[in-house]
Amino acid sequence: MKQDAAKSLRAFAAELGVYAVLVTGYFFLVLHVLGNWLYRLETQHRLLYAFVAVLLIAGQAVVLDALTTVLFRLVRGRSK
Amino acid sequence: MFFPISNSHINPLYLVVVGFVIGILGGFFGVGGSFIAGPALRLMGVDWNYAVGTDLAHIVGKSIVAARKHRTLGNVDLKLGLIMAVGTIAGAEGGAQLIQALKRAGNVNTVVSWVAIVVYVGISVFMLWESHKTLKLHKGRSRPTAKAAESKADHSAFGPVTKKIQGMKISPMINLPTSGIRISLWIILAVAVVGGFFSGFLGGGAGYIRMPSMVYVLGVPTHLAVGTDLFEIIISASYGTFTHAIKGNVDILIALVMHTGAVIGAQIGVVATQYFAGPKIRLAFVPLPLIGAAIVIYTLVTGHKF
Repeated sequence: MKQDAAKSLRAFAAELGVYAVLVTGYFFLVLHVLGNWLYRLETQHRLLYAFVAVLLIAGQAVVLDALTTVLFRLVRGRSK
Repeated sequence: MFFPISNSHINPLYLVVVGFVIGILGGFFGVGGSFIAGPALRLMGVDWNYAVGTDLAHIVGKSIVAARKHRTLGNVDLKLGLIMAVGTIAGAEGGAQLIQALKRAGNVNTVVSWVAIVVYVGISVFMLWESHKTLKLHKGRSRPTAKAAESKADHSAFGPVTKKIQGMKISPMINLPTSGIRISLWIILAVAVVGGFFSGFLGGGAGYIRMPSMVYVLGVPTHLAVGTDLFEIIISASYGTFTHAIKGNVDILIALVMHTGAVIGAQIGVVATQYFAGPKIRLAFVPLPLIGAAIVIYTLVTGHKF
């Protein structure tokens, strides 16, 4: 039982590590690329910005959810 | 890191950690966590209007992750969620209109603060009484195990009242096979409108009202109430994000960063629900509205707006 708990904790820690690297890369890629464009959109085309805002957060949710699910599977599979 | 839309400097790590904590709460209890996210953004100097709108955008993303996970566990009643979304949006508009009327009367802060304190404390006291009584009644009858919790079987000391509400034959009656109940459409809409009203009046997703209402008024099992509430929040919070973004109250860059932490937190919260029986989840829910009440009392006493 304790071994199982330690195993899943190790798997979770490994996943967090991989996830942290990916998210850091994501910050630099997406926020720096999209930051100025979104700022201009927010000030000049509010309606379009509202659509893009909802789409971006929903899209990120789906992509990150799929990514973490794959990571969970990969890391757990290797730890077995 | 500078966020130009809201003109604020915030450490992204802080946002990720806040998102992570709210993600766990959302996945486990089916709440948006606005009572933490709003003050957390205010602490970093983000204006209230941006704190409210950005929090709603972040709630959309977090709820998508948690609801998808809950759906794979069979915890989402899509039919119930879609019906409730209609009532929630209507109620939210009503709440927002009342806020506007109170703004014109010039006493919005005092009225909203006192209503929030009464509602938050009332929910906590009621849920503490009910879950404690239910756990006491069923002590020794069955050992709560992960398997038992997974069966979604639920007990409530408020059960007889719920049965009476379900027995009201006000046409049209709706069959909800996923939740295992048959109930009047009007009762579902009434619950949704009340939840939506408080969402528009007190801000956030109002999961602290909707989740208990689904359990006690509609008789939905706790696990399904959590999952369905999250699904319903996706629709109502998307609507809220859109209207707030048009009014210039959403910094989507902050929401995107917060959400990266929430993704992991939500997954942990959802998985954790599988190891707790319904009454225990409800008992653990009790401190959440009290935290909200404490924050409101603090702002009333000190005049500090976080």
